[in-house]
Formats: sequence, structure tokens, C-alpha cells
Amino acid sequence: MLNNVARHLLTDSGLELSSLEQALGQIHRHDTDYADLYFQSSQHESWVLEDGIIKEGSYNIERGVGVRAISGEKTGFAYSDEISPAALEKACQAARTIAPAGGTHQVSSLHQQSYPARYDEKNPILGMVEADKVALLKAVDAYIRKQEQGINQVVVSLSGVYEEILVAASDGTLATDIRPLVRLNCSVLLEKGDRRERGSAGAGGRHTYDFFASQADGRPVYEKLADDALHMARVNMQAIASPAGAMPVVLGNGWPGVLLHEAVGHGLEGDFNRKGASTFSGKMGQQVAAKGVTVVDDGTMQDRRGSLSVDDEGTPTQRNVLIEDGILTGYMQDKMNARLMGVKPTGNGRRESYAHLPMPRMTNTFMMGGQYNPQEIIQTIDKGIYAPNFAGGQVDITSGKFVFSSAEAYLIENGKITAPVKGATLIGNGPEVMQQISMIGNDAELDSGVGVCGKDGQSVPVGVGQPTLKIDKLTVGGTA
Amino acid sequence: MQIEQQIAEIQNVVDDVLKMATSKGATQAEASMSKVQGIAVSSRMKEVENVEFTNDGGLGISVYVGKHKGSASTADLSPQALALTVEKAIDIARYTSEDPCTGLADAELMATEFPDLDLYHPQELDPQHAMQLAIETEAAALDYDPRIINSDGASYNANHGMRVYGNTHGINAGYPSTRYSLSCMMIGAQSDDMQRDYAYTISRKPDGLDAATKIGREASEATIARLGAQKINTANVPVIMQKDVASSLFGHYVGAISGGSLYRRSSFLLDKLGEQIFPQWLNIEEKPRLKGGLASANFDAEGVATHDATVVDQGCLAQYLFTTYSSRKMNTQSTGHAGGIHNWIVGDTGHTDAQLLKEMDTGLLVTELMGQGVSTVTGDYSRGAAGFWVENGVIQYPVHEITIAGNLKDMFANIRAIGSDRDVRGGVQTGSVLIDNMKIAGN
Repeated sequence: MLNNVARHLLTDSGLELSSLEQALGQIHRHDTDYADLYFQSSQHESWVLEDGIIKEGSYNIERGVGVRAISGEKTGFAYSDEISPAALEKACQAARTIAPAGGTHQVSSLHQQSYPARYDEKNPILGMVEADKVALLKAVDAYIRKQEQGINQVVVSLSGVYEEILVAASDGTLATDIRPLVRLNCSVLLEKGDRRERGSAGAGGRHTYDFFASQADGRPVYEKLADDALHMARVNMQAIASPAGAMPVVLGNGWPGVLLHEAVGHGLEGDFNRKGASTFSGKMGQQVAAKGVTVVDDGTMQDRRGSLSVDDEGTPTQRNVLIEDGILTGYMQDKMNARLMGVKPTGNGRRESYAHLPMPRMTNTFMMGGQYNPQEIIQTIDKGIYAPNFAGGQVDITSGKFVFSSAEAYLIENGKITAPVKGATLIGNGPEVMQQISMIGNDAELDSGVGVCGKDGQSVPVGVGQPTLKIDKLTVGGTA
Repeated sequence: MQIEQQIAEIQNVVDDVLKMATSKGATQAEASMSKVQGIAVSSRMKEVENVEFTNDGGLGISVYVGKHKGSASTADLSPQALALTVEKAIDIARYTSEDPCTGLADAELMATEFPDLDLYHPQELDPQHAMQLAIETEAAALDYDPRIINSDGASYNANHGMRVYGNTHGINAGYPSTRYSLSCMMIGAQSDDMQRDYAYTISRKPDGLDAATKIGREASEATIARLGAQKINTANVPVIMQKDVASSLFGHYVGAISGGSLYRRSSFLLDKLGEQIFPQWLNIEEKPRLKGGLASANFDAEGVATHDATVVDQGCLAQYLFTTYSSRKMNTQSTGHAGGIHNWIVGDTGHTDAQLLKEMDTGLLVTELMGQGVSTVTGDYSRGAAGFWVENGVIQYPVHEITIAGNLKDMFANIRAIGSDRDVRGGVQTGSVLIDNMKIAGN
């Protein structure tokens, strides 16, 4: 029995399950170990309010199939922006050229996987009428203008994605998924004389747009976002030059989990470790972080931006403990790297679209909470930095060097948070910084749902999170 | 099928889509469509790793119903998808607000001349040839030095593409282009320290690429040079940004003088037209119609003709960069910069790279920048860096895990010299840049 997704992606294009088995069989006539077909159809919309008016609206559709053939460590890949029997056959013939003719593998008969759904199957784009989307943007704008009279620049954007995917693989995997994703962002610019500062905030997840009007801390989510953006701009209007040099740094909870994503997350992806290219290669079972540090990648969290019911290879996602009490316990794997390393896939095989190859990627990556009250942590520092909000980061997984840039930060002087300081890049070495974590807060939290992770030119949505953390020594790239 | 014929077919699709939009109520419309075919082949440890056959295309349309705009795009080019795309764009225009600045570019700015810019040099997309090149590159890299212990692989990419733009003023123009590249990333080790670095070459012509062995050796040479890197102490020192990272400095300048940042009052270079930003000897020329250029085009993303211009004249901000929309917000005209800049050539002081080191005497040579710690609003700059410590004009040892920081306004004003050997692999062609004084954060 085919479900709706299979009907949309296959039947409507003249394909049946038997055509997929035939296509996979065609690939296995060459000397390949594994092959998969990835069908995808997606719709994306975005609306932008600026200068108090609805300035832009756009809608994008994408539909296609990607075909992958694997032989040992070699991969052949082809795709088509058309789903049809002819296009599928052509892509299969191109992908299988990775191996010579004369295959011995049989295609297992496809059977539908069952797994728990991690989000609703509703289409956010259809779930709210256009007039209400416009009204939501205007409500955010009006709220901001009420809080900060005379404000000139307010930009609010709303975007939604509805995606259907189907994976069929020569190992018998057949999986479908429906993936909604929404996001609301606002950005404000404050001016005082010659000084201008921007503040921004965003939120989202695998919801419908109704999420933004739901209550958070006693007010609608969109009001909280607007307050956060204004807060950041106001703080930065007062910011003095950031200090430069190595010092203790306290990271706030939630979004500063970007640190983990960069400092250890990428380094624990299976492909880098199979190739011995990561600073964490060959360290399984060793102490790679301070005691008390437990890091988890969990794709199963309900409605989260980084969550997936199944990954892009049809493996159900799971909760993977990467580091437990400081000991390295697991890598994140896709099927190919798991097979070559002799372990099981962990539900981390992800791809940006049918036109991209899957690889091991993070889902929601976070550190578990500890015992300290955040206030206690601040009190232990004579001179340092408190950084509760960040922009993006980057890592060199081979040397372990990583950076992330603060978007809101303060001096800590004599155990107290004092003056705000300008945004600065923080730089460290992943393995060293993980050993320098000396206090872990009891306030673990995930980010608000805005993370985008880039790897090899492919972007995927992710979640990050952590409790308040004290790092004994990190280099702060200020000017003072 | 001949390329001219393929472009003509795409032009017909664009024409149809524009007509459909008009018939559905658009008073103006514009559409662009591209198709790119290619191969991407990578090797690792001298074995083929991935062979990808790429085939990307898409159509984007913007419609204007009076002064209301709607946009839609599709990667699915079936007739049903194209029709749905037009309908969606029209539908969206019913909900966007009236905006006096919206609409097509002025008709008199449309490109009317389309000289051949020498961008199209097709060569059969042959995976075997690509594999040989990737493996040859990696072999040269792996054999370079015993401290090269591992490889992140070499890859060869070839793309043949075409782009068509049309709007209801009547322009419907297209051109083909090709792009080839070869790159390699190696991993070296020395005691506990593991480092990686890379090298690449890119050209419109298949035979315009550097030799595979040269790229392999360069990747390994750069990797080996990083081994044993140290942190340095926090200090104020002069900095040379090596040419391949120096282009990012002018990229930040582009961001700050772009119309979108200006009308949003989000630029530290707001209201600075004609003012001294760089030292007086510094000129930057834009040459959109450079033959074979990586960022060459006869028209921008709105059909506006591109022109040669002196964008920085004797160190002064001579031109802001406008799209149609941002120009109307600022009461001026488009400068043909929808979609970005076209081949900037940054002036120099005639120094060779070695002379530039001598000129700096003691300071930091930056060969890598990390992170996005740059604000166009304030000009505040703070990025992760790696490179080499230099004394008396001579490289002493590799440096890493530090940041360099300052404000772009000061950094631009404090450029002391620019080398004459340019990196020509991107949209900004510049030599290495010596900046007088920056804050290094380290130990």
C-alpha cells in the first residue's frame, strides 16, 4: 500500500515501487555494494516586511530525484530535476559508471519502514491564509514601534518550507517523510547621533506558523523575539571596546551551544574520522573533555528545527551520546561511513536536497546540564567576559581550531557582570577548550530554532544547546 | 544540440513566461533562467572517491502588478511547474504592499550591446580525464614530503552553463559560459600537531588551469609550512593580508557601499560619497567586460548594461553600488550592480611579495581568516587568523589560534602598500595588502 507521499512522488510521475526495484537492479548490474534513490518535492515561501510595508513575497518549488551508487569507498552520483521513468533510468546509468559491469549483489525487496513521527505532517504554507501571514508580520512591526518610538529600520521576515521525501535503497529500505519547517526573524537598527547598532532575533522549528502566536513566558513568541532584538541593539549602543587576549569566558545557555557544534560536533562526524582527518580521530574511549561534560546529538526531539523522523538515507533518527562524562563514546554516522568503520548508522545521514550527496551531519547537538547556578559561575571570575549571544562560527576539524563571534557580551569584573562590550571573535582549540570547561550550569536549554550548518557547500537546519558554561581560558579577539 | 540553439530555446521559454505573466495581469515582469551541466570528480589517497554528474537549472520570475511585486522560482522546468510559478508570483503580488520604488529597471538603462566576452570554452565532460587530473594532483601532493600523512582529497570540476534574462521592456538576452577548477587539500603532521591546507586553480578555459602537479605541490607546501604553529602574545602590530585573503577586505567594502546597506542606514560608509577612505595612491577599477573574466557580464541581474568605472579614485569613494530598487530609495539611478560586482582590479604600490615583507619589517603575515566577525553597520572587525610571524622582513615561524581586530574605517585608511602580484581567481583581483596597525589577540 503506497502512502500519500509515495503517490505524489512516484505514481503521479508514472513510477511504481517495482520501477524503483528495477532501477536499483540496473545499478547492481555493475559491481556496486549499495545504491539508493532519493525523491524529493519541496515548496518554500518567504515574506518580508520592511519600512512598515510588505515589500517582498516569494515562492519556490523544487522537485527531483538523486541516484547514488556505492562501490567500496567510491561513489557515483547523478540527479535529475524531472521525475520520470526515462530521467530515472538515465541517472541510474550515469551513477553506476563508478564501477565496472558485472555485479553480484541482489536488491532486497523494498519494504516500508515504520518509525515514530517527530513532527506533524501539516503544510505550514497552506495552514495559514496569506492575509494572516501579512497580519503576523505587521503585528511584529507594530509591537516593535510601540516599544521603541521613532525607530527607523525594522525588518521582519517569515518563511516556511513543506517537503516530502522518499528514499528507496538496495538494502530494502523504503522510507517516506513529510518535513515542515518555519522561521520568523526580526532585525532592528537603532541610531543615536553617528552611532548605529543592529539587533536581531529569530525562532522556528518543525511547526506551522501558529507557533509564533503561541505563548512563551506569558506573551506571544513573536513579542519575545521583538524584545530580544531590541534588547541586543540597546545593549550594543552602550558597548565599549572588547578586551583582547586569553581570559576566562562564561557562555550563556541555549544558542551559545554554537561552541559545541564547532569545537566538537564537526570533529565527531564519521567521515572525517574514517579518513583520519579529525583532531578526534582514533580517540574513542579516551577522555576528550573535562569530567562532567556530556554531549548528545538527538534527532528525535519533538518539533525541533534539527529533528528528523528518518534521516535522508531512511534510517530512523536516535539519541546519540557523543561524549559521556568527558569520555568519547560515539561518532555520528551515515550508512557508508558506518559500513566502512564497522559500526551501525546513527540516523545522521543528511543531504541538502536530491541534488546533493548525503554525509554524516548533526541534528540537535547539545550539552547536558550540571550543578551550578549561573550566578555562582559569574561570581568566581575576577576579570573575564560573559557572552550570552553569538553569531556564527567555523572550525578547521584537522587542527581543531574554531571561532565563533559574540553578538552580545559583557565584562565580568570582580564577580559581577558590568559594561557591555562590542562583538568579538573568540578562538580556541576544540580538544583543549573541552578540557577547560570548569563549571557547568543547571540551566541547559536548546536554541530558539534558527541554526543553519554548512559543510562541503551543503546547508541543513540544525539545533544547538547548552547550559551556562565557564571556560577557564579562551582567546577573545577584542581591540582594547 | 548547438549551444546557440539551446539558448534560443531558453529565450523562448522566458518569452512565454513573460507573456503568461502579462496575460494574467502583470503590468511589468522579468524572468531569468539558467542551466548548468557538469561533472565533479574527486580522488582520495590516489583512488577515485566520488563521480558526480551535475545538472542544475531554474527559472525565477518577478511580476509587478502596478507597484505591487511578487516573485517565484522553480527548479522543475516542466510546463505545469512554469505555469504554477507564474500564477504564484501573481498571487503574491496581491498581498505585497504598494511600493513606489518597485518595478523594472528604467528602459533606457537596458543593455543593447552584447559583445562576446570569451567566457565559453566547452570541452567534453569526460569523467576519465577528470579522474586522471584529480589523481595526478593528489599524487604530486602526497609524494611531496613525508610529513604529508593524509589527504582530504583532490577534485576536478567542469561546468558548462547558460544564463538568459528577459523583461517586458523587450530585452531577452543570453550567453553561455564555462568554468573549470582543480583543487587539493592535504593533511600534514609533526609530533602532536596536525594541520591542513589547500591550493586551487580556476579558469574559463580547460587549458587555463595551472598544472596538476603544481597545485598538488602548492597544497603540500602550504600544509608543511603550517606545522609547528604557535600562538603569539597579544599586541599591536602591522599585518600583511596575503592576496588570496585580502580580497575579502574589499568584499567588506563592497558590502558597505551597496545600495541595500545604504538605504537601510546599515553602513559605516553612509554619506561618505567623494570622501577619502583609502590612501591617495589607491585606485580600484571595475572592468565588467574583461575578456575571459570570472565575474564578467554585459548586463546585471536586472538587464542593466554594465560599464567600466573607477569605483575608488585616488583613495576616494567614487561610486556607490546600486540596484534599481536601492537607487530609487536613494533618489538616483542603478549602476548595474544587481547581483554583485564585476571584476574589480585593485591598484598596487609596485612591491613584490618579498619587498612587501621588507616594508613591513616586523609583524604578522595572515594567510587564513576564519569566522564572520565583521559588521557592515559599524565597521567593527574581529576574525580568527593564522599565518606567519615576520621579523626583519623574514618569515620566522607559523602562527595560529589568534584573532586580528580593528575597525574597517581605520584598516582602509591605514593601508601602507599593496603588492603587484595579483590573485586573479575571483571577482576582486588584488595583491597582498599591508595594513599599518592591527590588534592581535593571543596569549
